[in-house]
Amino acid sequence: MSEATRDPGAGGTSAPGIGKEAKERHWAKTRNLTIGVLVVWAIFAFILPWNAKALNEFSFLSFPLGYYLIVQGSLLVFVVLIFFQNWRQDAIDDEAGVGDE
Amino acid sequence: MIKGSFIENLGRVYAMYTGGFLVFIVLMAILEQMGVGADTIGILFVAFTVAIYALIGWLSRTMQVEAYYVAGREVPAVYNGMATAADWMSGASFVALAGGIYFGGYGYLGFIVGWTGGYVLVNSLMAPYLRKFGCYTVPDFIGTRYGGNVARFCAVVILVVTSFTYVTAQINASGTIAARALHIPFEFGVWIGLVGILLCSMLGGMRAVTWTQVAQYIVLIIAYLVPVIWMSNKQDFGMVPHFSYGDAVARIQELEPLVGLGTAATESAPADFRGVRILSTPHNDPQGGMDSWKFVTLALCMMAGTASLPHILMRYFTTPSVRDARRSVAYSLFFIFLLYFTAPALATLTKLQLLDPTLPTAVIGQSFEAVKSLAWVQNWESVRMLFLTDSNGDGIVQLNEFFMRPDIVVLATPEIAGLPYVISGLVAAGGLAAAMSTADGLLLAIANALSHDLYYKIIDPKADTKHRLIVARVLLIVIGAAAALIASLQLTGILGAVAWAFCFACSGLFFPLVLGVWWKRANTQGAIAGMVFGFAAGSAYLYYVYNGGTPWMGIDHLRFGIIGMPVSLVAMVVVSLMTPAPSQEVQDMVDEVRIPSGETILGAKH
Repeated sequence: MSEATRDPGAGGTSAPGIGKEAKERHWAKTRNLTIGVLVVWAIFAFILPWNAKALNEFSFLSFPLGYYLIVQGSLLVFVVLIFFQNWRQDAIDDEAGVGDE
Repeated sequence: MIKGSFIENLGRVYAMYTGGFLVFIVLMAILEQMGVGADTIGILFVAFTVAIYALIGWLSRTMQVEAYYVAGREVPAVYNGMATAADWMSGASFVALAGGIYFGGYGYLGFIVGWTGGYVLVNSLMAPYLRKFGCYTVPDFIGTRYGGNVARFCAVVILVVTSFTYVTAQINASGTIAARALHIPFEFGVWIGLVGILLCSMLGGMRAVTWTQVAQYIVLIIAYLVPVIWMSNKQDFGMVPHFSYGDAVARIQELEPLVGLGTAATESAPADFRGVRILSTPHNDPQGGMDSWKFVTLALCMMAGTASLPHILMRYFTTPSVRDARRSVAYSLFFIFLLYFTAPALATLTKLQLLDPTLPTAVIGQSFEAVKSLAWVQNWESVRMLFLTDSNGDGIVQLNEFFMRPDIVVLATPEIAGLPYVISGLVAAGGLAAAMSTADGLLLAIANALSHDLYYKIIDPKADTKHRLIVARVLLIVIGAAAALIASLQLTGILGAVAWAFCFACSGLFFPLVLGVWWKRANTQGAIAGMVFGFAAGSAYLYYVYNGGTPWMGIDHLRFGIIGMPVSLVAMVVVSLMTPAPSQEVQDMVDEVRIPSGETILGAKH
């Protein structure tokens, strides 16, 4: 997915060249993205399965919702979440000029 | 093998391999039609696949350090994803997961969520940073980030305990399958399994393990998906059962009270039927409260464990770049997901086939004599994995009279649904691939930590390349033999040992690894305290509950990481703050790790 944004000239050994402030900005953005991802992760890993009993009152694709999330829904969210995170992280890296390709 | 051209031709090589494997399956089906016996087909499946893995292992032999430890750092993201998936999915995932869901209901599903969600932690907190570090092993990261041989040594000890716990279970599983397919006693099966495992890893180290794991993933995923989809079509559960078994779940919930679920058995199975049990847990009936707590604690231990298991983390050292490391985490989870979202479908449909009196495959509520004479029941009864008794003498099979071992759910499904034997042979080959690929990764993780971190970094830093690689291989054989010896004594069940490995890993390694990147203030003393206290607390608690102690708040031996992790975190933070901050040099190093581009931290220091 990052094929389009890949710039052969941008990567390489430019990292030591970027300033302290740019590094801090890059890390702040990385950290915020990571926190956001972990919040979504915690909802689907803990909060929704915890409430499976209540969610089972609802139905999704003719599954009880709580059951569906545990056997399939949360898993799908995890897969999509990682692809999404990598897409955003690549953008953050490229913007700071520290994409490594 | 010409390296450059092999990497360029990966797609073609593995496409040909997959095609060849499919042709082999068809060939076996034809042989079956011609009247060749089931035993012969089973032997051919196992022999053919193991021979291919050994061939790949031999072709990938190497005498270069970089190739031996990290596959030359040239594994493309998609292939590393497949290799990680095979490395990850053990004999337990393949053989026991669906059976666990069948018998365990909601409580067991914590494994499913835990073993997939853990990759979000791997991707967010670990893989890209460890790849940037450029280490060969996980203790290599600990040793360099925190400095000093004590920290490195602690990490080596935890790694060895964790991986060794896990590898005996894998060798046990490969021995079981080899024994059944080749008709030899289990004690020999274990050693045959070990020889296969060593053939894949000894000559080429990580490079050989990588390319055999890709091949093993292809076999195991075909072997898992084909029977489920075939069974679903044959029994009219829909073309792709994954999205349409909601009705089956509802039907099971409707049937459960009718078949008397929860009635205790009035008779127990004879002692030589080890591990057989009756179905007594509802398929989908979470009660909230304690049920929820147990689910979440189990999932948390498995997730944090995933993110600290050295044999998984070291796979991400093999990609060409940091970006590829991240991308390959995404592919890893996708390839794992393919199996994990199939297992509940398999468990549900198999259960329905046995329970629903309107289906021809039904067993519960049928005449005792008729069930007793079913071919698949007789097969599994003869190997003491299924037990049938008419306790109340009414001539009908009740739910509390039908005992089976959880791990036969996957293996027996093709027979229950009346699929040809070739499918059973395929499933055996898949189970063997799953167990072997995980055992390879684990053995290599242990041997590499001992040869690189203990021998080269601590004992003899002047050792030359040839020496280091010979030591690495000798260790591989010695550790493999030790694991096989313990496995042949059959001390632990498959799943107990697997969950323990995750808890050991997260108790000792999770916070020292995460905080090494995410908290600059973390120092040597803190890391050592985190590893020692976390690991000791978790182990002590395991010792306590395993020897009959009353679990505190339902925290049993499957989730003792819940005790180890907080102890590790507190010890690490408190001790770090009580001792001086790490040097400017170390703090600059952490800054550098956080940036994907540029040279690796360790560079050419190896």
